[in-house]
Amino acid sequence: MMNKEQTLKKYLSLYGLYFAFALLIIVMAVLSPAFLKPTNIINILRQTSINGIIAIGMTLVILTGGIDLSVGSVLALSAVIATSFAHPGEHNLIVPLFIGLFVGSACGFINGFIIAWNKIAPFIVTLAMMTIARGLALVYTNGRPVIDLSDTYNKIGSGYVIGIPIPVIIFILIVLTGLFLLKYTKFGRHIYATGGNEIAANISGVNTRRVIIRVYSIAGLLSGLAGIVLSARVMSASPATGQGYELDAIAAVVIGGTKLTGGVGSIAGTIIGALIIGVMNNGLDLLNISSYWQLFVKGVIILLAVILDKKK
Amino acid sequence: MFLKMEGISKAFGGSIALKSVRFEAWHGKVHAIMGENGAGKSTLMRILCGIIQPDSGKIFLKGKEIRFRSPANALSAGISMIHQELNPIPEMTVAENILIGREPVYKGFGIVNRKKVRQTATELLEQMDMFIDPDTKMKELSISEMQMVEIVKALSYDARLIIMDEPTSAISDKEVEKLFEVILKLKERNISIIYISHKIEEIFKIADDITILRDGEYIDTCSAKTLLYDDLIKKMVGRELKEIFPKENIELKETVLEVKNFTKAARFLNISFRLRKQEILGIAGLMGAGRTELAEAVFGLDIPDSGSLFLNGKEIIIGNPRDAIKYGIGFIPEDRKIKGLILCRPVMENISLAYLDNFCTSGGIIKLEKERKESKRQVQNLKIKTSSIQEVAERLSGGNQQKVVLSKWLTGNAKILIFDEPTRGIDINSKAEIYKIMTSFLKQDKAIIIISSELQELIGICDRIIVLHKGKISGEFERKDFNQEGILKAAMGEEVVINSD
Repeated sequence: MMNKEQTLKKYLSLYGLYFAFALLIIVMAVLSPAFLKPTNIINILRQTSINGIIAIGMTLVILTGGIDLSVGSVLALSAVIATSFAHPGEHNLIVPLFIGLFVGSACGFINGFIIAWNKIAPFIVTLAMMTIARGLALVYTNGRPVIDLSDTYNKIGSGYVIGIPIPVIIFILIVLTGLFLLKYTKFGRHIYATGGNEIAANISGVNTRRVIIRVYSIAGLLSGLAGIVLSARVMSASPATGQGYELDAIAAVVIGGTKLTGGVGSIAGTIIGALIIGVMNNGLDLLNISSYWQLFVKGVIILLAVILDKKK
Repeated sequence: MFLKMEGISKAFGGSIALKSVRFEAWHGKVHAIMGENGAGKSTLMRILCGIIQPDSGKIFLKGKEIRFRSPANALSAGISMIHQELNPIPEMTVAENILIGREPVYKGFGIVNRKKVRQTATELLEQMDMFIDPDTKMKELSISEMQMVEIVKALSYDARLIIMDEPTSAISDKEVEKLFEVILKLKERNISIIYISHKIEEIFKIADDITILRDGEYIDTCSAKTLLYDDLIKKMVGRELKEIFPKENIELKETVLEVKNFTKAARFLNISFRLRKQEILGIAGLMGAGRTELAEAVFGLDIPDSGSLFLNGKEIIIGNPRDAIKYGIGFIPEDRKIKGLILCRPVMENISLAYLDNFCTSGGIIKLEKERKESKRQVQNLKIKTSSIQEVAERLSGGNQQKVVLSKWLTGNAKILIFDEPTRGIDINSKAEIYKIMTSFLKQDKAIIIISSELQELIGICDRIIVLHKGKISGEFERKDFNQEGILKAAMGEEVVINSD
């Protein structure tokens, strides 16, 4: 019947993304022998982890029908404040971690609170927060990067556990949490409901305001986390870091098939989306193609993804 | 004859929407298409408008075979459609909306000649005796006025055939009269009209001919003058429907809910009523009488300025829908697509949403198996037609969507259900089923409030009806005193002796 065909179509469109990803890997592997080496794969995962962590938060936000443009700036603000407490011999590691995560969630909470209670377009609110957080990061550091970080802090970015880089482990943990949250929890269900139809969700007893506030807070928290991981990896935090990260995150979400109108999408798609971007950047690097072209190609892929998505 | 469709077939994937359907439209006649949801009415109309292409079949226009490859094709052949859900551009004026895409411009510059836009629109409106200011912004018009503008717009395309899809689903009785006047004028101009509606009384009033479809098949075409009501229903549903309203004698028990002096500025004033266990209380009134607003205030979607609410004799305060749900009150809103369903989500997620806690551990983790079982049970009990509980709600027909909205409240311990226009735009079979579900819900000491614009419906199923007029109670009728005329008078604001309990 029609419905069978539709489910078939649904599966096809779902696997279409995986198929495209596999194709990309095959092409890269053929073009560059270095591509499939374990060190390179680990490298790709590590490069993807920052964007991946942010993109998980972005997925939740977009599922509610919103958008968060402030993630890159919030990442920078969290990173500079966290690292300022991470100089050698000053504080326990827990202090910069807690502060970084707190700053990120606080920014997200403010975003969510304003969006939920004032019914202002998320685009505008988070655009303002993007500038505010960036400004604060510059004020806090006087425009200079924070350097001289403790080894234990830097380990977060450069360390390994059983041969896997810590950033990748963090990324995987966040992914698993996100997958579980969306599929198995009441909160996850409420995210989909709020994004699918806020009015109907509210009538069905969903506290849609709380859902929105929580989702932006989580996006902020994950930006903070990404800020910590990134600063630890480069062993410094620049107030100018993270520019344009919101676009990479949105790109991963969109390539992953999540609808910008809300209510439809998945973490799994976002991960593939983030990996596609990661593999491409890496592959083009290996092929010695200039980073200028990388931007171009990324744009084309986003367009293709959106066009294909429309055809579903 | 203006139009003839012959042997039209269309399948979507494996499901057949139309099987060799024929249809004719005559100059200056109103031809109604009747059939339940899923009968193929809209598919046929979409083919006629060039929105979709038939798999087979022929369309003849004035005897000449023609194919509409796009809506623009059909439009230029003189076929216009007034959709059920209008899509005006709210910030533009009436005149601009009428002439959109074809604005007269100053030669050589491409700058819109606003004076001429206004003038053309004014002429068109005047021709139809419509008193709508062409400079008003669309957003300021009522739905009925927007419809009028749409009709004028169709005329401006020199339409010879106008399709009206459920034109009266969202307008008041008075506005319906106005619409019918306009239709008569269109007939005078020799324009043929295809009229789609679920409201049978209306069809008999306005239509010249009636074509009946059922399950994608052509059943019959009859003259409206000679066709009998019961026969029409029989043809539509394929079986005798002796009892659409299965009113059973259920004992009324003690008061469960009492609303006292509910007032909200500019909405409703000093409303008091009681609802008894096992009772169906109807709220009648014209559009804008404050019925929906009152219901929304009881459910916590709006907070009244003053007044109090008692549940089983104890005062309760409802500040939002979550409070209402906690006290066992459920709400089935007027517009299922806008307020009732998460359309893009599966049936199951819609069913479980209101009482998700019942399917969760205390930590908020969903027991998927339990949820699935309950959803399947609801789908079976309510006879919801869906390919599976994982099907997105959007793909269900109107009646089945409404059942999903209803089932949401049956998974939990709702004791009072408030229905706002529960059967608007759904077919007779689904209607009858929904009334049955209401009745069986009622039997366990529960109670129902129902708002409806269909008097027949209220008279058919209610134990008591209160009537609102301009936000005030203007009449109250016990079942034994039900009479259409009296209720209508009260709805129009005429003095009616109010029965006390």
